[in-house]
Amino acid sequence: MYAQALNVAEKAHADDPELRARFQHRVDAEEKIEPNDWMPEGYRRTLVRQISQHAHSEIVGMLPEGNWITRAPSLKRKAALLAKVQDEGGHGLYLYSAAETLGVSREELVEQLLTGKAKYSSIFNYPTPSWADMGMIGWLVDGAAIMNQIPLCRCSYGPYARAMIRICKEESFHQRQGYEIVMTLAKGSPAQKKMAQDSLNRWWWPALMMFGPSDRDSQHSDQNMAWKIKRFSNDDLRQKFIDATVPQGHFLGLTFPDPDLRLNAVTGHWEHGPIDWSEFNRVVRGEGPCNRERLKARQKAHDEGAWVREAALAHAEKRAARKAAAKIAAE
Amino acid sequence: METPLFTYTLRLADNALVLGHRLSEWCGHGPMLEEDLALANMALDLIGQARNLYTHAGSVEGKGRSEDDLAYLRDCPDWRNILLVERPRGDFAFTILRQFLYAAFMHPYFERLAASKDETLAAIAAKAVKEMAYHVRHAGEWVIRLGDGTEESAARLREALEDLWPFTGEMFEMDSVEQALVDAGIAVDPAVIRPIWDETIAHVFGEALLTCPRDGWMQTGGRRGEHSEHLGHLLSDLQFMQRTYPGATW
Amino acid sequence: MTEKTMPLWEVFIRSRTGLSHRHCGSLHAPDAEMALQAARDVYTRRGEGLSIWVVPSSAITASDPQDKDALFEPTASKIYRHPTFYEVPEEVGHM
Repeated sequence: MYAQALNVAEKAHADDPELRARFQHRVDAEEKIEPNDWMPEGYRRTLVRQISQHAHSEIVGMLPEGNWITRAPSLKRKAALLAKVQDEGGHGLYLYSAAETLGVSREELVEQLLTGKAKYSSIFNYPTPSWADMGMIGWLVDGAAIMNQIPLCRCSYGPYARAMIRICKEESFHQRQGYEIVMTLAKGSPAQKKMAQDSLNRWWWPALMMFGPSDRDSQHSDQNMAWKIKRFSNDDLRQKFIDATVPQGHFLGLTFPDPDLRLNAVTGHWEHGPIDWSEFNRVVRGEGPCNRERLKARQKAHDEGAWVREAALAHAEKRAARKAAAKIAAE
Repeated sequence: METPLFTYTLRLADNALVLGHRLSEWCGHGPMLEEDLALANMALDLIGQARNLYTHAGSVEGKGRSEDDLAYLRDCPDWRNILLVERPRGDFAFTILRQFLYAAFMHPYFERLAASKDETLAAIAAKAVKEMAYHVRHAGEWVIRLGDGTEESAARLREALEDLWPFTGEMFEMDSVEQALVDAGIAVDPAVIRPIWDETIAHVFGEALLTCPRDGWMQTGGRRGEHSEHLGHLLSDLQFMQRTYPGATW
Repeated sequence: MTEKTMPLWEVFIRSRTGLSHRHCGSLHAPDAEMALQAARDVYTRRGEGLSIWVVPSSAITASDPQDKDALFEPTASKIYRHPTFYEVPEEVGHM
């Protein structure tokens, strides 16, 4: 659910202009495009990339939070966190399924992730050294993700929109779960407050970067907007997120790590200081704190699971062969 | 001095939490996405059972200890789980075979515990019996697929069975603590479970082309608080936050 | 790509007794039993289901979107299939 930041510029593609016009007409009329419908090649490719990046983000996103499942400080938190990380896995699964309707297999998609050909949201390349990070990820990262996802429920591609509806429904507990963790810390001992503040200091800017580069620097937005794969601009969504989140943080007595953050009394919006896009670009390039670690963990799980998948397939083949043999014998 | 009912409830709770914890270690690292979710579901069932049982143990004890006090503030000698569940998670063959061996025991066990004269235990068991029925089915189907899959999967499964078998005896142990509760109609006599367990194992192993090892020497001690080295490491993970920040609310 | 592909299954769930099974998504599994279990673990985590069907995706025959006009347009003019086509005086009451 963290895909919006990852759209990459799309090359113009020469398709049959008449089909293209008819396609655009359907999209404009808010009709859903379904898997076997004619679609411009660029639309298909953009969707495969966006949906699979989104799926990869869910799967890689299991790692930073999974880091705390065994150390959660109470049984209630442990169960909630496990259920939440499990949900992320489910969301990855729904999204892989949606991408597969466009003619690409799960195996191919996973290979693209593991070879580094496909990207995932950079936010998951940051580490989770403290328990407060579980709260902060739920509150900020899932909060930012929800801003992105709700409009995607109306995306023009049917299977993607349907997956997003299911995901948004299930996700509604994630952000609340996170905020509750942060709130408990903010009301707790000085050490717990410090833990929360330190975590906010680390996550605030990366969370803002999740919405992707400013619209002024994003050349591919127009086409995706016209195709209704993207429905709001990066800056609009980011602003919406800041306006919703800042009062929630102040309510807890937390300080946002941005000296320029102030409420514009005229517009009613919270204005923020400059975002360090060089950091964003660095982490996207692979120079974040955990990029290599995250991919290696995925690679390891994939490699160690290979014999299990092989065995399951081998058994299915044997069973089918036995059934066929029994049928012949019976005839 | 621990009362028999407290010790007994704690044994059930510790088994569930330690095994749930081990399963939860798979989250994000499963052999395929679908199975990642399945393992987490089983872990959540067990953690849920543990929470109910700890709460009951706390009220049986009557000293105001909460589920978290019991889970987070006891050191190894006070843990009452069987050694089987504290073994490190191993590979998928090990994890799924252990799950099968444990669930094949706990399912018929909870079925009978649902008729316990202790109403709370009966209610907890009535809920858990459905969960364990699914664990038997899911883990059992996997055991069959691994056993009758590829050469590698069969070899890994055989290896896991050799590792695990000596730890199965402890499930059937009986002591004076439990005998009194069995006589009072509160606990279940594991001897009653034995033939059912044997039959479930024989059925699945038959399809999995797996030979049941001969019953020989069996590991013991967990139920009395004599644990392997592994439990301490598990607790250092599990209890880290509560130990580092004593008395804090989370 | 050396990895063999794991078959794809379509999942249908009946949410409440009386309602028909509805398509809710897909998943990968080696065989029907594992597909059924995976559907339970993936798609009924919040008490959504009372009954599950799984169908190999390859077993589904779908209509071609290009045939849409030929398949579905002709019914548009058959308005006599709808109750509102017929006039019944109000005095007769609900029918």
